[in-house]
Amino acid sequence: MSAPVLQMRGIEKRFGGVRALRGVDFEIAAGEVVALAGENGAGKSTLMKILGGVHQPDAGEVLVDGQPVKITGVSDATRLGVSFIHQELNVLENLDVAANVYLGREPVKGGFLKLVDSQKMHQDSAVYLKRLGLEIPTNTQLWRLSIAQQQMVEIAKALSLDARILIMDEPTSSLTLTETDRLLALVHELKAQNVAIIYISHRLNEIEQIADRVVVLRDGANAGELGRGEITHDRMVKMMVGRDIESFYQHPEGDRARGYVQIQGLRTLRYPKHEVSFDVGRGEIMGMAGLVGAGRTEVAQTVFGIDGPVQGRITIGGQELRIRSPQDAIRHGIYLIPEDRRLAGLITDIPIRENVTLPSLERYAQAWLIARDRERAAATEVCKKLNVKTPSVEQLVINLSGGNQQKVVLAKWLALEPKLLIFDEPTRGVDVGAKAEIYALMRELAEGGVAILMISSDMEEVLHISDRVAVMHEGVLTGVLERSECTEENIMQLAVGKRAA
Amino acid sequence: MKKELGTFILLVVLCIVVAILNPVFLSATNLQNMARLIGAYGIFSLGLGIVIITGGIDLSVGSVFALLGVVLSIMLTEWMWPAALAVVVIIAIAMALGTIHGLLITKMRIQPFIVTLCGLLFYRGLARFIANDETKGFGSAQGFDWLRSLATGDVLGVPTPFVLLIIISAIMWVVLHRSVYGRYLFAVGRNETASRYSGINSQIIIASAYVILGLLAGISAIIFAFYTNSVSPSSHGNFFELYGIAAAVLGGCSLRGGEGSVIGILIGAALLQVLQNLVNLLGIPSSLNFAVMGAVILLGVIADQLLQRRSAARTARV
Repeated sequence: MSAPVLQMRGIEKRFGGVRALRGVDFEIAAGEVVALAGENGAGKSTLMKILGGVHQPDAGEVLVDGQPVKITGVSDATRLGVSFIHQELNVLENLDVAANVYLGREPVKGGFLKLVDSQKMHQDSAVYLKRLGLEIPTNTQLWRLSIAQQQMVEIAKALSLDARILIMDEPTSSLTLTETDRLLALVHELKAQNVAIIYISHRLNEIEQIADRVVVLRDGANAGELGRGEITHDRMVKMMVGRDIESFYQHPEGDRARGYVQIQGLRTLRYPKHEVSFDVGRGEIMGMAGLVGAGRTEVAQTVFGIDGPVQGRITIGGQELRIRSPQDAIRHGIYLIPEDRRLAGLITDIPIRENVTLPSLERYAQAWLIARDRERAAATEVCKKLNVKTPSVEQLVINLSGGNQQKVVLAKWLALEPKLLIFDEPTRGVDVGAKAEIYALMRELAEGGVAILMISSDMEEVLHISDRVAVMHEGVLTGVLERSECTEENIMQLAVGKRAA
Repeated sequence: MKKELGTFILLVVLCIVVAILNPVFLSATNLQNMARLIGAYGIFSLGLGIVIITGGIDLSVGSVFALLGVVLSIMLTEWMWPAALAVVVIIAIAMALGTIHGLLITKMRIQPFIVTLCGLLFYRGLARFIANDETKGFGSAQGFDWLRSLATGDVLGVPTPFVLLIIISAIMWVVLHRSVYGRYLFAVGRNETASRYSGINSQIIIASAYVILGLLAGISAIIFAFYTNSVSPSSHGNFFELYGIAAAVLGGCSLRGGEGSVIGILIGAALLQVLQNLVNLLGIPSSLNFAVMGAVILLGVIADQLLQRRSAARTARV
């Protein structure tokens, strides 16, 4: 192995009374892919923010090419060849590809007039797109591109900055399976071009696939390291949580009352020409797989009444339901845990209590006046049951970690009596520990007689949590796989539009 | 709570300063007159506050005052309607206009700013047309003294508009800060999407805010009409919506929605009237009236921003 391009030694960082990092060591060589793993709050992002110049370490040193450096801002980081690809994309959707790649450092011509040399800008950015195998014109506006393509544009920007150290923070969280594969292939190519890549992901199977080495952080300290041959899912998890955790995955065999929830001839606004029909058994977790844009979220939203009166027939326990709005769906016991937690699932800048009781507020009210004691008691109880980690239910939701936020969304519905619970990407941005808790809770709810529909782009999750899997492709339900038929290959076949034999 | 405290301190300090510079400030007549105006302005400011809490705005209030004032005068002095009937019809018109605004905003998905800007122009024009561009008044006509006393009368020495404001505030406080409806208003203002996903009918909540504003603006309209006793259709109520918006913002309402309180709006409304009074009492040229108000509001908002940034920095460090 060549000499490390980056070394971080004994990095300490304190925020008020909290020791976020306690002497962390980290190094990476050119052409190496190092995965940085750890639960939320383990210190991964603080460490990376130090590298990006957002935070200054209280102790320890950072060396690039063996030379000690001080990184006090983004410009320092850029100069040293450090580039970030963030989980949330930093692109301007109203500008075209070339403008995004060269944002803030547009090539100029015309002397003091400083006119943007767009010809050069387009020519140069085309080179980077080609290097990434992205075949789109450089004058395409970003909003026309898929999330994956937008991300590629960000990577092109990093390359144009001569990035030698590329930090990818949850790069696949909004990508489909094929897009993920393409990204992982790209990581291989960049590696071959001698770029050092720090890869942060909750998706351990991706880490298994591409990492040369895994550095695990726990509670702000190094928890261990795994070399190429040692990287396995279980070992990583064990290192991350510091103990063996019981397998997430259990499939109690039992008689599921198939056909408890019947959805027939459902038409969505996005694919009005296609009808979707399926059923979910009582006590069953029905997975729903497909590529992004396959129409799964639209199915969930339609059933929940968000898109207006439902076109199609929905019955639960033989009773036909008329759903014209979310209020109707909620009245009939159909609840949705939406894909975008911060936009649709929660009001992040109000207390946990107010979020939890929002759908059931009338239960804590007499003559429309809220009985605060009862409200607080109920919110506290359900948060305790779900193990939401917070000092009090008066805490603002925004201060919680992703996993705890997701539990609050769940808490909103548990105060009511669910019949059909729809989870849309239930564990996106949720750390391993909370993931296990959410899976256990889903199973517990199912055992309690709830029908669960789980939309997920996380193949691992779909394969291991579902009792059956429905697969969609471009608005069409291409097949439903029984437990015994659930393999990655079968699901992918259906997801790309090949009907089950 | 902290937000209101800042504005409250500003109010108290201003009162003390003015009282020291000109003791007339504390005279019974001056206090009564000020309380009367605080009442008249405060009532519709509460309505504007509710609309702002949902993330909306209403620019048409001043023109609505002109329209309703003209119509009220015609009903009472030309058509000789009984006062009670005239009141019912005025309030009904005001609420109907609010309903139309609410429906245009929620069903047609037009921005509140645009809807009510059109209202501002339309109602003003309509008022001038109906009145033939002539000033309408009540003169010394008889038969509706009890109605007139809503604006000009007293209850145990306290001006009636102020008494009305206190009663309405008490009701609004319960509605806003204790009821399910109030909780929904704030939720919709903070995040309409998440509110819809929680089963709140956000369209009804938003539209209802404009109806409540209509009701309160209707009451204020009657008070203003009798307070001035004559309604000049081209100038009556000019800029009044901005007083209401300023009161709400000074009182801690965020134009982004989801924030605000009844107490805050009351303090804001009072502060604006004290400022007006200050201009008169301290011999500041009345042409500077708006300039003083604009400067103080801006300073208040800047101070609030600085305080918030400091407290935010403190929480971030923990």
